[in-house]
Amino acid sequence: MIKYLLKKEFKQILRNSFLPRMIFIFPFMVLMVFPWAASYEIKNLNLSVIDNDHSTYSQQLIQKIISSNYFKLTDVSPNYNKALKSIERNQSDIIIEIPANFEKNLVNRQGGKVMISANAVNGMKGGIGMTYLNSIVMDFNAGIIHDLMPAAQIPSATPTIEIDTQYRFNPHLNYRVFMVPALMVMILTLLCGFLPAISIVFEKERGTMEQINVSPVPKSTFILAKLIPFWIIGFIVISIGFLIAWAVYGLIPAGHFSTIYLFAAIYILTVSGLGIVISNYASTLQQAMFIVFFFMMLFIMLSGLYTPIDSMPEWAKWIAAFNPLKHFMVVMRSVYLKGSNPLQLMNDLLALIGFALFFNIWAVLSYKKKS
Amino acid sequence: MILLLMPIIQIILFGFALTTEVKNTEVAVLVPTNDDATSRIIDKINASAYFDVVAKIHTTSEIQPIFRDAKAKLVMVFEDHFAERLRETGKAHIQLIADATDPNAATSFTFYASNIIASYQQELAGPVANPYQIVPEVKMLYNPQMIGAFNFVPGVLGMIMLLICAMMTSIAIVREKEMGTMEILLVSPMKPIYIILSKITPYFVLSCVNFATIMLLSVFVLKVPIAGSFISLVVVSLLYIFLSLSLGLLVSTMTDSQQAAMLISGMGLMLPVMLLSGMIFPVENMPIALQWLSDIVPAKWYISAVKSIMIKGLGISSVLKEVAILSFMSIVMIGISLKKFKIRLE
Repeated sequence: MIKYLLKKEFKQILRNSFLPRMIFIFPFMVLMVFPWAASYEIKNLNLSVIDNDHSTYSQQLIQKIISSNYFKLTDVSPNYNKALKSIERNQSDIIIEIPANFEKNLVNRQGGKVMISANAVNGMKGGIGMTYLNSIVMDFNAGIIHDLMPAAQIPSATPTIEIDTQYRFNPHLNYRVFMVPALMVMILTLLCGFLPAISIVFEKERGTMEQINVSPVPKSTFILAKLIPFWIIGFIVISIGFLIAWAVYGLIPAGHFSTIYLFAAIYILTVSGLGIVISNYASTLQQAMFIVFFFMMLFIMLSGLYTPIDSMPEWAKWIAAFNPLKHFMVVMRSVYLKGSNPLQLMNDLLALIGFALFFNIWAVLSYKKKS
Repeated sequence: MILLLMPIIQIILFGFALTTEVKNTEVAVLVPTNDDATSRIIDKINASAYFDVVAKIHTTSEIQPIFRDAKAKLVMVFEDHFAERLRETGKAHIQLIADATDPNAATSFTFYASNIIASYQQELAGPVANPYQIVPEVKMLYNPQMIGAFNFVPGVLGMIMLLICAMMTSIAIVREKEMGTMEILLVSPMKPIYIILSKITPYFVLSCVNFATIMLLSVFVLKVPIAGSFISLVVVSLLYIFLSLSLGLLVSTMTDSQQAAMLISGMGLMLPVMLLSGMIFPVENMPIALQWLSDIVPAKWYISAVKSIMIKGLGISSVLKEVAILSFMSIVMIGISLKKFKIRLE
């Protein structure tokens, strides 16, 4: 019986004018375009300069800031209000103001002062810009002491602690290495979550559900026949993902492909199961889509895709623990970057199996043959 | 019902949970020789809000498993006889090994750790004897405490409004096509523009309610103030709602099944809006081609306008460019929808 049902499902998908195209184009679009967009890296901060001193030292300081790779001089203003205007118009991100008599005070040992104002609407960006600028000024300080002070008076070396930093798993701090595996998870989630949610409601709206309901098809067989096509689609999609990651970004998992396939197999069942549960309860396509959309957004935002789970408040971490997407995201990144194996990912494996069972049993139970 | 509830839950969850700040990063330390210097540094690290020292390890071979099992994100390796070396030779060595799977977090927390170590070094040196110092005075504009919600609320607002509005209207016309009721509308003496406008109106009202709840929540629950004029914020938002609804209608006139309409407006819009609107990732750092692409994402302009009005406290005059672009986009979309609106059945 399942054979005929599967035949029906596949025909329904393949003869749809829109779905097969979508299944192939979507992963390409997402993986070719978005990894380039997804980066927090802050460089080329736009700098606005107010130099009220016009002295050698103020010029030197400004030169030093511009010649660092972090800042781009976009605005020179005569006063603070003008500079603030350029921040308001988003033409600059950070202002450095050098007061009059800057050089005089500095040489006279009264201490030079500079004012730094950063646009902190995006707190992280403002903070980083401020620290960059701060450290350049510190550097400049270290330079002028040799300039101005008689060598004998320079304080003897203080004890120094040398720090060297090593970045494991992603030594070049390449953000794409981090995002590409995660985006594959997203594609899988969106395709294998949205499509099953549509499929049953679609039959309800069309009235073809009636025919299934009066047929002798057992509930579990019907659900299984709905699941298997998406399972296969999922495998195709993730394989396309592997290919693109390798061809475009030169990314090959440090771990084993079989690990990913194993987890993907369980994960697809989980999201498809959820999709089917939703479509069992929804009576119109619109309802189903909105509910799926709601869950997808929750899953995505609380998955650690964009913002680290560790920084979330305690209660959000609890929600994240019940988020299948989060577990699969961790798995993908660990396998791709750290080369983890299923034993090391046991917790996520068990969690995903649990979710898969839960949603699919629920899917079978909530499917009612009565309308 | 779900349409009203959804934005509420989303804005609260995301407003509180989304933050790129690095907090409570787990640290493991490898200390060959315990002495006052190492314990002082470890105490300082542990005391900061950024770090929790969770493990002490004894050999370098333990580092890899610690990262594998995600027990710690940062390992600090002290040199042996740390304090002694520091006293005798004036030099000692610390190695910071970071789990750089997340490059952004890794750079932030290694930076914080280096700062803490540097502050210990300064403690050792005593008051600095350099009289020729430039002291920067720092001011963080608009968001002095650097709260993440100030950045995320406008973003989430832009995303939720666009997606919900577009999804609502995207099936409006295609549904009539599928149901066969389109025929009745077409034989009626109504002009397409009236059909389109009357399709939008109920959703427009609903979206305004959504906007109002989101605003109330962000001001009273998330404590994001409206620094600028509330009226300009409302004007821009109404324009944006209208635009999003028109976008949905455009999808609706272009597709011929509810399924396709929903998939395009739900899945097709979700990723571009999330990634290219500047909501999460700064647009300025993207490759130039993507920056152009982001220019056609309406959410980008709206989010920028909301940030200007709500957070920076500027008036409507400073967001004229955004308003002009959003209006232009709405006109284009309504125009295309009208053009594509077939008055004949196939």
